[in-house]
Amino acid sequence: MPKELLDSKDMDRTITRMAHEILEKNRGVERVCLVGIQRGGVYLAKRLAEKIKLIEGRDVPVGALDIALYRDDLNIRKEYPAVRKTDIPFEITGQVVVLVDDVLFTGRSIRAAMDALMDIGRPARIELAVLIDRGHRELPVRADFVGRNIPTSHEENIAVEFLEEGGNDRVVLNQE
Amino acid sequence: MGETGQQLRNKDIVGIKDLSCEEIELILNTAVGFRDVLRRDIKKVPTLRGKTVVNLFFEPSTRTRTSFELAAKRLSTDVINFSVSASSVVKGESLIDTAMTIQALGADVVIIRHSSSGVPHLLARHLNASVINAGDGINEHPTQALLDAFTIMEKNGRIKGLKIAIVGDILHSRVAKSNIYCLRALGADVRLIGPPTLIPAGLIDPDIKIFHNMEAGLRDIDVVMMLRIQMERQDRGFFPTTDEYFRLWGLTPERFSLAKPGAIVMHPGPMNRGIEIVSDVADSPQSVILEQVTNGIAVRMAVLYLLSGRRG
Repeated sequence: MPKELLDSKDMDRTITRMAHEILEKNRGVERVCLVGIQRGGVYLAKRLAEKIKLIEGRDVPVGALDIALYRDDLNIRKEYPAVRKTDIPFEITGQVVVLVDDVLFTGRSIRAAMDALMDIGRPARIELAVLIDRGHRELPVRADFVGRNIPTSHEENIAVEFLEEGGNDRVVLNQE
Repeated sequence: MGETGQQLRNKDIVGIKDLSCEEIELILNTAVGFRDVLRRDIKKVPTLRGKTVVNLFFEPSTRTRTSFELAAKRLSTDVINFSVSASSVVKGESLIDTAMTIQALGADVVIIRHSSSGVPHLLARHLNASVINAGDGINEHPTQALLDAFTIMEKNGRIKGLKIAIVGDILHSRVAKSNIYCLRALGADVRLIGPPTLIPAGLIDPDIKIFHNMEAGLRDIDVVMMLRIQMERQDRGFFPTTDEYFRLWGLTPERFSLAKPGAIVMHPGPMNRGIEIVSDVADSPQSVILEQVTNGIAVRMAVLYLLSGRRG
């Protein structure tokens, strides 16, 4: 049975807090940009940018990053993943890039995302923001901004759903 | 983690004829991501490390071979160029032996160009490696049609409903044949313009209009695709002289002005300036001829990626 962990109000409050934390740590938005990992991370990055605009009154650039070409599991997958658009229409060299993803799990997507970013430019610093940290790291990766820590088993699966995909904003725990 | 994409149904790309509309769209959508990679300072991704791609060209070619080579290198594969003179391999058996040898060397993908139609299909049946047709006789040149479609999509945002004219020597052109299959599958309104001697008798599709007059054919066109006059295949009197060909079928600014405002002109190269096209058109802002070359790398990267990513 799917279990709802966060509804749309919970998600909104969590994203608001994360936006505050990003501003606090970086003392504003000078040189800060947000880059979401396709696709959930892109929706989340846009939400964070809206919150930052409300709080600070400043626009932060938002980009989208596709990591299909950098994955480490291409040769063990059933088939290769779809290649989506990487759209970062601003310079990241010398900037603070806040990498945004919906769920942090093994850390392998983040490794791929950092490699992909490095081929685009040389950020001054990369920070990591995730809505859900579900544990089970396989690489030494740690998030700077975490919405919720939700310990899970390997048999469970976390789904973050967004309005933009046609449903409601919510986070759901599924048993596989 | 990470959803899976659609797949190509076959291990090979021997012709557009064998691809569904969905497969063509999958290739074009995938190429968008690779076009982004080619616009960066670092134009290379680690995706296909450890794979081996072999260019097996039995016909002289610089641009197609270079484009495939660069596409393979941008994906971090190892590329071997295997050039064979057409005369040294004439028997089917030794052709297969050559290909089997290349496979035994560890090739994952074999890219083949041959002066005889059907050679890629033959190799595809004998090899476990993926085979990509880079031009076979007068049959097909699928990646050229895909890069043409990608270029039109990039310029117009759509292909469905566009009026597209293919002009020149349709009879000997594998580019034209692949383009007809591809553009019809994507819903374009395709017409052919050229002398009766250079338009094949049995056409693929009754909806394709045929014009034997440039002025009539070019009116209100969105895209003009010029074909190269293949001097090497014109020894049997398909038209009297190149001068006359130019007078009747050459693309001049006056003729091009009959097309829609903002129409684009394409050419697969290499161009015969002053025969099928004049410089004032080829070098005009409406010409996308050099974009076709760049897009060719992105489309070939997409094809290599999708073929390597197939399972089963």
